[in-house]
Parts: sequence; C-alpha cells; structure tokens
Amino acid sequence: MTTTQFLVPVLIVGLLICCAMCLYRIANGPTAADRMVAIDILGTVVVGFVAIITAVTGKAYLLDVALVWALVSFAGTLALAKYLVGKRLNE
Amino acid sequence: MNENIGLVLITIGVLFDLLGCVGLVRLPDVYNRIQASTKCVVLGTTLSLLGAMIWLGTAAVFVKGLLCILFLLITSSTAAHALARAAHRSGVPLAKESVVDRYEEDMQDSEISEEATL
Amino acid sequence: MNHSDSSFKQKPLIERLVLFAIALVFWLLLVWPVSPIDGRWMVGDIGVGVLVAAFVALVMHEIIRVGFIRLVNPRSWFWLFIYAFVFFYYVIKGGLDVSYRVLHPRMPIRPGIVKIKSVLQSDTGKSALANSITLTPGTLTIDVTEDGWFYVHWLNVLSTDEEEAAKHVLRRFEWFIQRIFE
Repeated sequence: MTTTQFLVPVLIVGLLICCAMCLYRIANGPTAADRMVAIDILGTVVVGFVAIITAVTGKAYLLDVALVWALVSFAGTLALAKYLVGKRLNE
Repeated sequence: MNENIGLVLITIGVLFDLLGCVGLVRLPDVYNRIQASTKCVVLGTTLSLLGAMIWLGTAAVFVKGLLCILFLLITSSTAAHALARAAHRSGVPLAKESVVDRYEEDMQDSEISEEATL
Repeated sequence: MNHSDSSFKQKPLIERLVLFAIALVFWLLLVWPVSPIDGRWMVGDIGVGVLVAAFVALVMHEIIRVGFIRLVNPRSWFWLFIYAFVFFYYVIKGGLDVSYRVLHPRMPIRPGIVKIKSVLQSDTGKSALANSITLTPGTLTIDVTEDGWFYVHWLNVLSTDEEEAAKHVLRRFEWFIQRIFE
C-alpha cells in the first residue's frame, strides 16, 4: 500500500468534514447571510474535490468542471446578495 | 517525485480548508465568518489546484489549472465583498465583541453613494 | 495620468475587436486544440472558436472598456510580477494568523469596521486595492466611496485611528498598486 493509496481517502474524508461543517452552518445559521456564506464556501470546497479527482485520475478535462462550477457558484452568490439587499435582479 | 510534491500541496490545502470551516462554525458573526472561511478556503483550494497541476504536469492541466485559480481568486473576493455589503445593508449587526463600526456611523450621517465595484 | 475611465470615448469597432481577441484566446486556452495522439492542431476546434468569439463580439460589445489597454506597459508588468510574490507572502502570513485565532480556545479576536483614506485616484486602482485587501485573510473591504475612503472590516483591530490603521492594512499594497495602475 503506497502513500498515495493511503493519503487520498484521508484527504477526501477531510473535505467531507468541511462539507459537514458548511451544512451545519446552512442548517442553523442565525441569519440569511450566514447561510449564503456557507453555500458560497460549499461551492469552493467542491472545486477542491474536483482538483483531487483530477490529480488521481489524470483526466485534464475534469478541470473544466471546476472552472464552470466556480463561475456558476459566483453568479448564484451575487444574485443572492442582490436579493438580500432588496434590489431587483435585473439591475 | 512530482506526485509527492503534489500530494504535500494538496494535503496543506485540505488542512487550510478544514481550518476555514472550523472558523465558519466557531466565529461569532457574519463578517468574521466571511473573513476566516472565505479566505482560508480559497487559499486551500488554490493550493489543492496547484498540487494537482504539479502532480500531473502536462501542458493542458497547467493552463486549465492556472485559469481556474485566476477565476477563483477574482470571483471569491468579489463574492465576499458583495456578501459583506449586502449583509450590512440588510441590517445584520456586528458581534458584541466588536470595538468600532465606522460604516454604521457614516451611514447614519449621510447616505453613502452607490458605486458598482465590479 | 489621472483620466477616469468614463472620459474615454471609444468606438464600438475597437471594443469588438478587443473582445473578439480575448474570447478567442480564452477559448484556445480552455479547449487546448492540440491532438493528444500526434500533436497536430485541430482545425475544427479553432474554427468553432472563431465563430463563437465573433458571435460574442457582435452581440455584447458594451461589457468591455478599452481603457485598460494602457496597462500594456513593460514597467507595469514588472511591478505586477514583484507584487504577486509580495501578495502571496501576505496571504500565507494572514492565513496562518487567522488559523491561530480560530483554533485558540478563547478566540482572541477584536473585530470592527475601520475607515481608511487611500491616495489612489483611478477606478481600476481602487478596485484592485479593494480586491487585494479582501483576499488577504484578516481584512475585508465592505465599501469604497467615490473620493477614496475604504471601509474595512478587520478581524483584529490594532488601532481605530485612521493613520495607524492605514499603516497596517493598506500602505503595504498601495505602493505597488500605484506603480502598476497609475
């Protein structure tokens, strides 16, 4: 059993713990802004997942998934921020 | 050899991710949570992407990884800024440990002019 | 060098050409049209990229400003290169500091929003400075006014005085950004 075979599952479990903490904050954040922050961070953690999967499988095209995920999560966060201030979304 | 360097970088990145999420759970108010979590998690994810780039080491992975890091840095800072501003404008108070809030004082004095910072 | 970006009168054709070039370069980087088998260029992929970039440039030319063309200047690139390392150093340092404060059982934080005056004039410089402050762990820009006041949320307020706070938060980046963007 090489170091890689041992370490990669440990790293995946670490990222899953991150997701669990984000979900805790989403479930009982006191305000809506707390939940939005947690959702934003969940998106970034998923990009980390994709990076690990890319490294293990060696498929370069998986990084496209990370790129698109980062952009879509950014757009969603901006829309939620506008919604929180009470602006209309087409501004 | 490349694989080992990549693994070390990815491990450091995951550690930073974990620290950021601990901050997300422990810190008292929205602004502090944005502080700790967004920055630490983005740093960790950037290190993970760098690790993946060094691990594989081909040109396609390198270019895509660099683009991904660039987008992550730009979008995360803009998103954190927008979230903090929206939270303050919608009236989320600072934690009771806070020492000063100049923004609130100035907002009460005069309405601060709208400016798109994108 | 103190012309604001809005005073630039620009023709749509130049905007469209610049946007076309940016979109095409981005497409080529993303698709990477080199065949993995024999290393030849894949003409079909490049053709599709040209079509899509032309379409984007035709439809939405108003999302771009030509004002940043003056960034193409070797001295700026040199300072940008130096600044990347300085910035990375501060990001790592701030990340370790924030980690220490989060993991400490009593959490020694002193949060607060301070107000800081910047000497930067141009919109580009101010937004670059705001992004730099936001990306450094421990400080977070909340708002920027027209006349250069920055409202910064600070995880560990060392001083509420404007000059002292500026020395800790802002001056370390301002010097570089002034040389890059102005």
